[in-house]
Amino acid sequence: MIMAFTHYPAINTFISSFFLAGKGGAASEFVGLENYRFLLEDKIFWKVLKNNLIFASCTIPLSISLAMVMAFLVNAGLPGQAWLRLSYFVPTVLPMIAVANIWLFFYTPEYGLLEQVRRFLGFSGVNWLGSEKTALYCVIAVAVWKDAGFFMIFYLAALQQIPPSLGEAAMLEGASRFYYYRRVVIPLLMPTTLFVLVNATINAFRMVDHLFVLTQGGPNNASSLLLYYIYEVSFKFWDTGYGATLTLVLLLFLGLASVLQFGVLEKRVHYR
Amino acid sequence: MNAVNPYDRGQARILDVTAAWTLALLWSLPLLYAIWTAFHSPEYSTNFKLFAPLSLENFVKAWAAAPFAKYFVNTVLLVTMILVVQLVLCTLAAYAFAKYDFRLKGVMFALVLMQLMIMPDVLIVENYQTMGKIGILDSTLSIGLPYMASAFGIFLLRQTFKSVPKELDDAAAVEGAGVLQILWHVYVPLGRSVYLAYALVSISYHWNNFLWPLIVTNTVNSRPLTVGLQVFSSTEQGVDWAIITAATLMTSGPLLLGFLLFQRQFVQSFMRAGIK
Repeated sequence: MIMAFTHYPAINTFISSFFLAGKGGAASEFVGLENYRFLLEDKIFWKVLKNNLIFASCTIPLSISLAMVMAFLVNAGLPGQAWLRLSYFVPTVLPMIAVANIWLFFYTPEYGLLEQVRRFLGFSGVNWLGSEKTALYCVIAVAVWKDAGFFMIFYLAALQQIPPSLGEAAMLEGASRFYYYRRVVIPLLMPTTLFVLVNATINAFRMVDHLFVLTQGGPNNASSLLLYYIYEVSFKFWDTGYGATLTLVLLLFLGLASVLQFGVLEKRVHYR
Repeated sequence: MNAVNPYDRGQARILDVTAAWTLALLWSLPLLYAIWTAFHSPEYSTNFKLFAPLSLENFVKAWAAAPFAKYFVNTVLLVTMILVVQLVLCTLAAYAFAKYDFRLKGVMFALVLMQLMIMPDVLIVENYQTMGKIGILDSTLSIGLPYMASAFGIFLLRQTFKSVPKELDDAAAVEGAGVLQILWHVYVPLGRSVYLAYALVSISYHWNNFLWPLIVTNTVNSRPLTVGLQVFSSTEQGVDWAIITAATLMTSGPLLLGFLLFQRQFVQSFMRAGIK
């Protein structure tokens, strides 16, 4: 089964990337590297790729560092800990598509929540999702909100493995709180960070659900991501050959992440 | 409760508490907002009054505006079908990988693990064509099929089965139990907590999955909730936020409720899922 739905399609993707999809039942035509040549000239592809890289380079560090902070806070035995944990984690369980609906309202021009706050503070209106400058960042904010709580769980698990006596020892030595976290806790969390990093990378290239509700990749492809573009090319324009070529690019990025993963696994063996 | 490290005591706590609650508020704001809007009549969507009258009217309207009942049935069917097949397939595969030696075992296992990186949602173009070829487009089966052999499940269960001592196996064999009997009476009960964890992850993943179902389905007969919700909220309804939030809450409601009930297990299962 895995063969049928992972390996076979992956290989087939490679093969069909050399074809031009036949229109209206006609057989597909072999076009050699034509799709690849088109890829290089496709301005939208480069834009989408750039968007995806921006998306990745914002969501990954932001969600990871927030996750770490959340885990510290939740692990500190504060009052209402259960509620804190709950509110951080809930976004993870909700369907992205449902969540996007709610955020859509936040971003709505004129009477959306963000706008109301801005107007209250005396700023002029901004069309958050309608402007090429802000659309991508709005999408990023939703992704970070969704992911941080999920990664928090892994950090929490790791934090609970650290014996409190380490903190006591550091305190006796007169180390500051900041120093203790920076030199003791965060290094101890390294294996978790690597694991989360790989997951975050894969997520950054896979997460597109919210685009369907929020921006549909627009305006003018300003917020489109690679997988969304694949969807558009293959299922709106029915150019499956080119879609396959694009999928290969995506697989390349996921492959990179997996190389990283195996590197991580190697390292972890050394830790034990 | 476990011991707290000394850096988390004292004055720093006040700062921590403030930070923690600010963040929590920020994180739950969208959901709180959705709940507020869904339970009040539309004129309060952008106008907050503490004692505004509660109403269920939005839910009634949303329910009537789209075939949500059908969507619910589809989703529940989908999630159950995937889970059952996944459990059977993964158990068998994991057992084979854990307890038997066969040719190319290492290579085969590596091939299985590849799926952890390249998930079926990425290969939408090819998988769509496969579904077209076997002629099951637009059915619940076609949504579930690519996910049924789950590398993650195989991996998780293999780890569990490997830790079962060989003696138990032998003892059961001496008693005259067949391979499948041993699997069913010895291994499966021992893996109960892993099964629960895996089930929770699988259910929430497939309840929420969107892109692939969107592509393979195009009629009410097979659409799951997520796709139904999107179709519902993107048709021009004159953007009635109250109704959309009500529909949104309905869609995620059962999962949310399940999460609140099984909170501990949920969090633990995600933790376990992470420890690979």
